[in-house]
Amino acid sequence: MSDIGAYQGATATPYEPGFGDYVQLLKPRVMSLVVFTALVGLLVAPVALHPVEAFSAILFIALGAGASGALNMWWDADIDAVMKRTARRPVPAGKVQAGEALAVGLGLSGISIVMLWLATNWVAAALLAFTIFFYAVVYSMWLKRSTPQNIVIGGAAGAFPPMIGWVCATGSVSVEAFLMFALIFMWTPPHFWALALFMKEDYHTAGVPMLTVTHGRKATRAHILVYTLLLVPVALGAAVTSIGGPLTLAVAVVLNAWFVIGAFRIWRRDEAMAEADRYAVEKAFFRFSLLYLFLHFAAFLVELALKSAGIGGW
Amino acid sequence: MTFRPEHELHRRRFSRNLGLGLTLAAFVVLVFALTVVKVKRGDPMQGYDHTYSPALLPKEEAQP
Repeated sequence: MSDIGAYQGATATPYEPGFGDYVQLLKPRVMSLVVFTALVGLLVAPVALHPVEAFSAILFIALGAGASGALNMWWDADIDAVMKRTARRPVPAGKVQAGEALAVGLGLSGISIVMLWLATNWVAAALLAFTIFFYAVVYSMWLKRSTPQNIVIGGAAGAFPPMIGWVCATGSVSVEAFLMFALIFMWTPPHFWALALFMKEDYHTAGVPMLTVTHGRKATRAHILVYTLLLVPVALGAAVTSIGGPLTLAVAVVLNAWFVIGAFRIWRRDEAMAEADRYAVEKAFFRFSLLYLFLHFAAFLVELALKSAGIGGW
Repeated sequence: MTFRPEHELHRRRFSRNLGLGLTLAAFVVLVFALTVVKVKRGDPMQGYDHTYSPALLPKEEAQP
């Protein structure tokens, strides 16, 4: 970094990243999902944390997720550069050096794990460390470029936050925490495969072995239906545990019925039909999948509020 | 005397410095708040000053 006192008249100066460029490294949109699901996991747990501890826990879980995002951007800079969806990320766009992304990722990983330990307990910190390792190493470095099952196994990384939130409060894993994990884990494949159906060229260009690239779109449509059907018992199962109740179960039944209908419509279509309406059904399914997850976790929160008022829960 | 207009690079540099400064300040406040909460709730912790601390032991072990 050098001063540019004599910059007048210069037409091109080297790009120096602003604070916002570093924030973009942390994938803020993914962080918002992590914050929400971790917060729900923490709040529905049977042990209440002090507000400062709870705030710290959510903050450092989000920071850990952001750190793994930065590590992912460091490692995947080459394929991010050739995919339209990711080409404007800070590293491929030339705003942040790849080495800086690595340093930010490693530094924030260490800070988030240690601080989560100090703020809550070592089990939660260990789970966060494992999550970062899983996303950065197991998913980004290993699975993403080697198997079409990358999304299935890698989805575990995004599924851990509500479990970590629960463990922050209770210090241990229980069936409720596991089902919240399983809900996101089973939801991830249909969500990303629907995206891959109408973004196939991106993955193809980058050489990422998404199911659409390796097994074709017909197989991907069948996989979406199968995983959506497998998701149903998990979602209904979570609704009948201690974090659920009649309202949660009703919400789960409606959401899953809608989701299965969407997956069935995707399964019945072929490429000619999809091309004709520019993947309208696939895009609608993808958008609904975001709402599906949000409403499931929102239902847990509403059930908690109802329980506090003496009218919710089983 | 005229001032040269600020270059965009300086704005980005300032945003980085300001962002980092505010982040560090927020971190200090958070650590302080956490410390106050932990101490007030009586969580077992000590300064690791190499002295025997019977207050941290279970009652039966703390008996002389």
